[in-house]
Amino acid sequence: MRCFIGIDLGSTTTKAVVMDEDRKVLGRGITNSRSNYDTAATVAKQEALVSARFELFRQALAKSGALDGKLDEFIGQLERDFRLEQFLIQLTDLEEVCGRNAEGTRFGEHAAGVAQALGELFRRLREDSPALFIPNAKRKSDFFRDIAGAQYLALGEAVAKDAGVRYDLLLNVYDRSIIEVENREYGDAISRNLMAGMGRTFKALPDAAARGDRIRAPIQGVLDTALEETYVVGTGYGRARLPFSKEHVRSEILCHGLGAHVMYPSTATVLDIGGQDTKAIQVDRAGIVESFQMNDRCAAGCGRYLGYIADEMNMGLHELGPLAMKATKTVRINSTCTVFAGAELRDRLALGEKREDIMAGLHRAIILRAMSILARSGGIRNEFTFTGGVAKNEAAVKSLRELIFDNYGEMTINIDPDSIYTGALGGATFAWRAVVEEGKVVEARA
Amino acid sequence: MSTPTMQPQIAPKAKPQVLKEDAMWLQKEMINRNYHELATAHQDGRKVSATFVPGNLNELLMCFNFARSLPETNALQNGMRKKSGKMIMDAERDGHSEDVCTYVKADLGMMLQGQVGPTGEPLPHPDVLLLSYTGCFTFMKWFELIRQKYNCETVMLHVPYQGDGKVSPAMRDYVVKQLKEKVIPTLEKVSGVKFDIDRLRQYMRESVKAEENLVRVLQSAKNRPSPIDGYFGAVYYIGPIFTAFRGMPEATRYYDTLWSEVEQRIREKKGPVTPEGEMAEEKYRLVVEGPPNWTSFRDFWKMFYDEGAVIVASTYAKVGGVYDFGFRHDAERPLESLAEYCLGCYTNLNFPQRIDMICKYLDEYQADGLLINSIKSCNSFSAGQLLMLREVEKRTGKPAAFIESDLVDPRYFSAANIKNRLESYFQMIKQKRVAQAAAGVH
Repeated sequence: MRCFIGIDLGSTTTKAVVMDEDRKVLGRGITNSRSNYDTAATVAKQEALVSARFELFRQALAKSGALDGKLDEFIGQLERDFRLEQFLIQLTDLEEVCGRNAEGTRFGEHAAGVAQALGELFRRLREDSPALFIPNAKRKSDFFRDIAGAQYLALGEAVAKDAGVRYDLLLNVYDRSIIEVENREYGDAISRNLMAGMGRTFKALPDAAARGDRIRAPIQGVLDTALEETYVVGTGYGRARLPFSKEHVRSEILCHGLGAHVMYPSTATVLDIGGQDTKAIQVDRAGIVESFQMNDRCAAGCGRYLGYIADEMNMGLHELGPLAMKATKTVRINSTCTVFAGAELRDRLALGEKREDIMAGLHRAIILRAMSILARSGGIRNEFTFTGGVAKNEAAVKSLRELIFDNYGEMTINIDPDSIYTGALGGATFAWRAVVEEGKVVEARA
Repeated sequence: MSTPTMQPQIAPKAKPQVLKEDAMWLQKEMINRNYHELATAHQDGRKVSATFVPGNLNELLMCFNFARSLPETNALQNGMRKKSGKMIMDAERDGHSEDVCTYVKADLGMMLQGQVGPTGEPLPHPDVLLLSYTGCFTFMKWFELIRQKYNCETVMLHVPYQGDGKVSPAMRDYVVKQLKEKVIPTLEKVSGVKFDIDRLRQYMRESVKAEENLVRVLQSAKNRPSPIDGYFGAVYYIGPIFTAFRGMPEATRYYDTLWSEVEQRIREKKGPVTPEGEMAEEKYRLVVEGPPNWTSFRDFWKMFYDEGAVIVASTYAKVGGVYDFGFRHDAERPLESLAEYCLGCYTNLNFPQRIDMICKYLDEYQADGLLINSIKSCNSFSAGQLLMLREVEKRTGKPAAFIESDLVDPRYFSAANIKNRLESYFQMIKQKRVAQAAAGVH
């Protein structure tokens, strides 16, 4: 079947969206940009295609009625089992690379100890893996680097101690190995992993296993249908790396404008706060950009600002918003310079202000900066759509709602839980338009 | 280890030859000659003047045999030759703030480094500073700093701002009075040369010839395709007439040569000459407001010609004199016309006048939209630019975009960001065109 794909190569994450001929979103994929856009684009696209497969499984199984009432449970289990299979394959790969990197003369007399400790460490990692993919398991993120890294660090210390090996030697091996593994693509293994995953699923859900053949047939049917990459449109900072001609590349301003329009057709103003950019975009009724403004010269007030603050506070990025929501007052933070904000934060802490109140102030500072960029772009018009990673932060959203009400009055504010995919969605829509409306064909990079 | 895409090893290439039109070479020669004249002025017994481009009274200065230096041009030449960064940092170390005009700091830094000019020859100390005050307050402070350093004669010509959008007879008379009572006597005193009004008239007659051809060249961009770039190319074209050459037969010759080149390009339906050759296809026609960035001038230009964007008109090409709406130096009324020249400089115009001018350009040059390059350290230019942009959008319905950079501080040119915005802008114009075409069909 024909698929239209948009890839948004951002500074922090790379996102992909797969769309079908009826402009329905079939799948979404995300990965860390890992300063290697080629791999990031491939991995995000694969992830989106995998998620498209699951959507097609769902549709096919729903049609067959094989799982009446238990479809969600089955698909959820299958997806987790599939992820576990993928994780285990990458883990095996990591073990092999780590083993190779521990060989030779680098560790001198410690070499044998390190090799032994690695063996034990990976045994434990494999043993603990299934627990990472049980329903509602808490994971730092869905990226292999993050999940495997966190486990490696957590288990490594105890293993090193037991084996009498220096912990930092194990860390050294990991640091040397992770990039290689992370940059590997596992596209070929998808079908195999799915089948292996399904074995696990049937074990976990004996009811479904009883109807094994009625379930396998539609799934096999989907697997036999090739997902043809009919047209790909790329956007974001890494767009020049895509193996297509300029025709396949759109600026992220246009993609975000169109993506927001596709999600909320009455959108007039779009705010996107990403890792290093804040974009304020005005679109017309067809989703065409009328004017835009972005932060220039300085990225204070963008997503990275929150990342820096999280590091300063020794917290996870996703913990900042919930902490700020506990505030009883908003401490005024004047600085919009990231580094100065860090200094101001420590100063406020020293003065005895509460962490949550300071956090509320920092979130407000970011949004004030965005308000200024919005004003420069022509202000906020109804409806207003907020996208980008920061749109997931409830404290940022709260400040934004307050400031919009104070400055522009009552407005419809749209925030989609999948707003991080806005640019990729716009890209996929451009890809669809290029083929279906404009009759374009794929052009390779010159 | 798996390597996704192997980059082929490319042997370092020889620097490609930059393509220039004949007139560009001629102009380069003229500029170099002027720097040489300045370097040898004192040993040749000539006095040296310094003045600014907006309100440059070149014909008058020539009446007193001054060798003529233009500090702004020195700064931008140093910027284009990648020398300004160090100069600015030296000036900052000397106590000038990060936010001060970077032309000023490049100039002061050059003095701190021993006053060696852009071509490598020494620049002499000025004997007189002539300040025609045309809308930039920083000019005054700049000369104050130079005066402090060299203790040289300073003469200020106060040019009233066109706050109401017109030049009244009283404004003109006020400037003429200053010329007669203050400027001319000071220049006589410093140079030891008696003022001869007929000599001034003669220079002015020469000026008009160059002005006529300059206007022809700039207006040639009304053609499709435009044979010139009215911003990146025009900054070369305005060089001689805005600096030390207006009123000289060399300038007349230069503009004759330039016009015949451009005329031929029009006949042959050729596009502008870029540093990488002739522009192939004209895809976008833009009007630009604001000065260019000089330190990354080539990279900046490339972002346009790579996308097929040509600038058909720019306000910056009018900073040293707005000639395209009819003004010419008039030998029959020499002092009055010098006054009108200063009063009419682009930097001396009010917002409605600037907006009118841009709207007119968008219409007459059939441009797709307006781009503003807002200069961080130049408030005279930048203040109010966003409001201008909104008003132009409203009046013309054409899309506008806003980017930010700086004159000669290399630290304030973020190529990735500017390219990103420009590409977005070009695509936005393209999309609008598609939408309009579709609307027209249905």
